Amino acid sequence: MRGSPLANLRVIGALGKRSVRQTFRRPQLMAPIIVFPTLLLAIQTGGAGRAVGLEGFPEVDGFLDFMLAGAMIQSTLLAGNSGGIALAVDIEMGFTDRLLAAPISRFAMVLGRLAGTAALGVVSALWFIALGLIFGASISEGVAGAVGIVILVSLTAVAFGGIGAAIALRTGSASVVQGLFPLVFVVLFLSSAFFPANLILEPAGTVAEYNPLSFITEGVRELVISTLTAEAFWKAAASIAGIAALSLGLSNLALRRRLRTGG
Amino acid sequence: MESASVPVERRFDLASSLGMVWALIRRAANELLRVPGAAIPGVLAPTIFFLGLTAVFGRLTDLGGFNTDTYQSFILPVSLMQGAGFTGAATGVNMARDIEQGWFDRLVAAPAPRAVLLAGFVLSASLRALIPAAVLLIVGFALGVQWPGFGGFALAIFLVMAMGAAAACWGTMLALRFRTQSAAPLMQAGMFILVLFTTAYAPLDRLQPWLADIARVNPVTHVIDAARQGFLTGNVTWAETWPGLVAITALVALFGALALRGLRRISY
Repeated sequence: MRGSPLANLRVIGALGKRSVRQTFRRPQLMAPIIVFPTLLLAIQTGGAGRAVGLEGFPEVDGFLDFMLAGAMIQSTLLAGNSGGIALAVDIEMGFTDRLLAAPISRFAMVLGRLAGTAALGVVSALWFIALGLIFGASISEGVAGAVGIVILVSLTAVAFGGIGAAIALRTGSASVVQGLFPLVFVVLFLSSAFFPANLILEPAGTVAEYNPLSFITEGVRELVISTLTAEAFWKAAASIAGIAALSLGLSNLALRRRLRTGG
Repeated sequence: MESASVPVERRFDLASSLGMVWALIRRAANELLRVPGAAIPGVLAPTIFFLGLTAVFGRLTDLGGFNTDTYQSFILPVSLMQGAGFTGAATGVNMARDIEQGWFDRLVAAPAPRAVLLAGFVLSASLRALIPAAVLLIVGFALGVQWPGFGGFALAIFLVMAMGAAAACWGTMLALRFRTQSAAPLMQAGMFILVLFTTAYAPLDRLQPWLADIARVNPVTHVIDAARQGFLTGNVTWAETWPGLVAITALVALFGALALRGLRRISY
């Protein structure tokens, strides 16, 4: 590794701050993380709120309580995608070339971006918790539950941010990463993010039952609507760890390929 | 030097105006032919939403009051309007790109009335809106959406094109106001709100009261209800059609007037 660990940590911190500032300054990056998930949350809560009366729907105080976890997970997926777009723009504009010439670890470039994505995950979690509390939802696990939600959502953002980073590093094209935006919704619709898996029509329902995103969503959701069980916690943690390991491994491979081939 | 102070004469001439409109439509079509990928998000997003919403919220019809047993028949008109809205809004994004790259300055220096330029943008958006609509209808009918009858089909197509036109005017207005592609989320969010804060997911009496109140005053509710009637019952009635026609006409007139005002404010 080039540079001392402390120097690399400083670089990761600086790049993370830059990433967050960049997102707040560009509406194209911010809108998918906060605006669209908030609008969708409002529409789905208002439009499908009567679904709590369906047989087989879990016990909840209201549909908003059920939907909060889905909105947060949607936001983290889109934050990962936005982070990938921003990284690809950095590659297109030559900013990463200048970083590669600096005496720091090359992977710090990726970790810096992911640190920013993690921070955006925290922002997203806090935003939706606040929104939920304002509009009548409650966090059944209280303050400890809210902290747990923030941690799970932030780690999920890192895990999915790694996928965006890997694709950005592999292709070097912002438009390619942006083109993945609709696919985020494919993954979301094939999970229990918006509806209980047992009530989703087949074959999507079966896919949703085994989708790791469902496990993550259920982990966050249990903190909102009931008590987090050990099973739900381990399923969520294992899913996040698995996706993070895969995405960071792919990012590392893509970075090495870029360094080897120069593009 | 002198030419800069000489006002450009913008007389209306039908033949040259039609030529200008046709040129702008061809330019929009060229973009699709040369960058086929540019059309994919506009087609993919509403199709994914249609399939996803059908799978996820399909059981809502068990609550009753939907006038159909198949949620896909209920949600397809919403996806048609969403596709038209996003495709139309893309006209604004493309215009903002043209403004940033300087091409728009050359266009407005042409001796063509502003209304003719706007007509070119709007008509090309109306035609482009047919691309996601065609894909959605094929996917929908393959999944068992009810055939709306020829009247219902023609009405749905007309409303899709008109919605594309309204969205294009909205996007044009914002592009001229902000002059940057950074305004793209505003263009898309505006259409998102207009199309989805309606009876998109459920009939009026099945919505939460706050959303029902918004849907009642949202003109696009009438547009969706008019487009939806054929897909639910196979029949089209004048009583359910005219409010939609009035609403879409008002939207096109309002956004069109604002877009034209923005175009006329550009001084050359």
